[in-house]
Amino acid sequence: MSPNDMNPNDRSYTREHEWIIVEDAASRRAQVGITHYAQEQLGDIVYFELPRVGDSLSHLGKMGEVESVKAVSDLFSPVSGEVIEVNPGLGDQPELTNNDPFGEGWLLRVTMSDPSEIDSLLSAEEYDAYISGLH
Amino acid sequence: MSDADLRTPLYDAHVTAGARMVPFGGWDMPVQYPGGILAEVRAVRGAAGVFDVSHMGRVYISGPAATAFLDWALTGSAASLAVGRARYCLICNERGGVIDDTIFYRLAENSYLLIPNAGNRHRVLDWFGRIIGQRFDGGVTINDRTMQTSLLACQGPASLSLAGGLAENGLAGLRPFAWTETRLKNCGEASGAAALVGRTGYTGEDGVEILAPAAAAPAIWQALTDAGAAPCGLGARDVLRTEAGLPLHGHELDESTTPVEARLERFVDFGKDFVGRDALLRQRESGTRFTLVGLRMPGRSAPRATYALSVLGQPAGQVTSGCYSPTLDTSLGMGYVFPEFSRPGTVLELDKRGLIEEITVTSLPHYRRPRPSKARRPHRRRRHSPRPLA
Repeated sequence: MSPNDMNPNDRSYTREHEWIIVEDAASRRAQVGITHYAQEQLGDIVYFELPRVGDSLSHLGKMGEVESVKAVSDLFSPVSGEVIEVNPGLGDQPELTNNDPFGEGWLLRVTMSDPSEIDSLLSAEEYDAYISGLH
Repeated sequence: MSDADLRTPLYDAHVTAGARMVPFGGWDMPVQYPGGILAEVRAVRGAAGVFDVSHMGRVYISGPAATAFLDWALTGSAASLAVGRARYCLICNERGGVIDDTIFYRLAENSYLLIPNAGNRHRVLDWFGRIIGQRFDGGVTINDRTMQTSLLACQGPASLSLAGGLAENGLAGLRPFAWTETRLKNCGEASGAAALVGRTGYTGEDGVEILAPAAAAPAIWQALTDAGAAPCGLGARDVLRTEAGLPLHGHELDESTTPVEARLERFVDFGKDFVGRDALLRQRESGTRFTLVGLRMPGRSAPRATYALSVLGQPAGQVTSGCYSPTLDTSLGMGYVFPEFSRPGTVLELDKRGLIEEITVTSLPHYRRPRPSKARRPHRRRRHSPRPLA
């Protein structure tokens, strides 16, 4: 199975390998994570440095860091908004994101300040094509 | 990879196994296999792992002046090394800076094998050539057989018995830092090939390194992995050696750093003359600018090479290596600090990408492998006690 088959088409993607899925359009609530491709490139994830509840995020601005055994990488927010929840499981088990990047290994829940920012992100199909070009 | 990167005889085996390949020291090498670095580290600490270390050099040195030459070129003594034994030491320049660190094996009275680091092989060969021209002309022959041979490291508590199954003579009597020549068995098409097996390694674990013809490498690799050794890459090797406090050239060692600063004096024989001796003796008397220490901090976020260390905001040193340690479940590393901050227990400030955190100076190594307990050895008095009736 190629990683390209694994990017769900129910969400949008950044070129920095984050995803965002709108959970409730009325309250502008969305969930944010990193992609299968990202976790695969990182290898064993050992630590996340994530914003706290109440912190504000800017569109494609740095929102934290992810540390694997080999390296540290910046994380970027797909949208501007406010953090309303941080995945409580990642503190003890950052490997959740290796095992299930699109599910249990999510990073943040946010309230979006401008949902139209999602239009500037990549669809699953566009992201597939984008990561194919990275090899 | 760049076009210039070399491939070991195991390149195809790595790619087939799903390894991620990266350029390292001029070679295209596996950094990890699909199971991940943490699992590879646990395999080596718990049972056995196998590493392709064919990127390291195999340099044969022989001739009537070989011993005198090595005694001059290396910090460790060649004259006092028995045939059948190996020794770790440094190759220094006139200022005492480390050109490379190496293990060398005495193969016969006037014949040695020296293992330089991958990225330093050409520098070492050039340096040796210069020294021979100056002082040992005609008395020493250098034969670089890196491309004709292979080197595999089998490391971990189960490695001796596992690798012993491939050696016709067995490895039961092989002492640490000794080597033996054997024919291979149970090794598919490599069975019958001649190999040199040394009880050496770079993981802080018991283990062997197997030198064989390049063509034999894939069958040896297959036999070791079939027998249960986990394929391990450079990522795990780096974590293992950092836990064990073993220096890596380019991080803890370079041509402007000395063995005295790196606290490797036990690998320097001041009782003989060698390149860099005067500089090292002067430094030993007058003190060093920096000294290598262990570093440790709670949590999983690691100190990493080049991160600055300070005390009350004033520079105190720099991290040279660091990682999350799965064996000790903490973050640890090594670094150079001013001597006044080198005492174990000293708390320093670590600049972690702009975030200041506390990190504690420790002695090295961080990890020492458990020794077989005395209780398991046969007790002397037992000999005199009555034998149980069948």
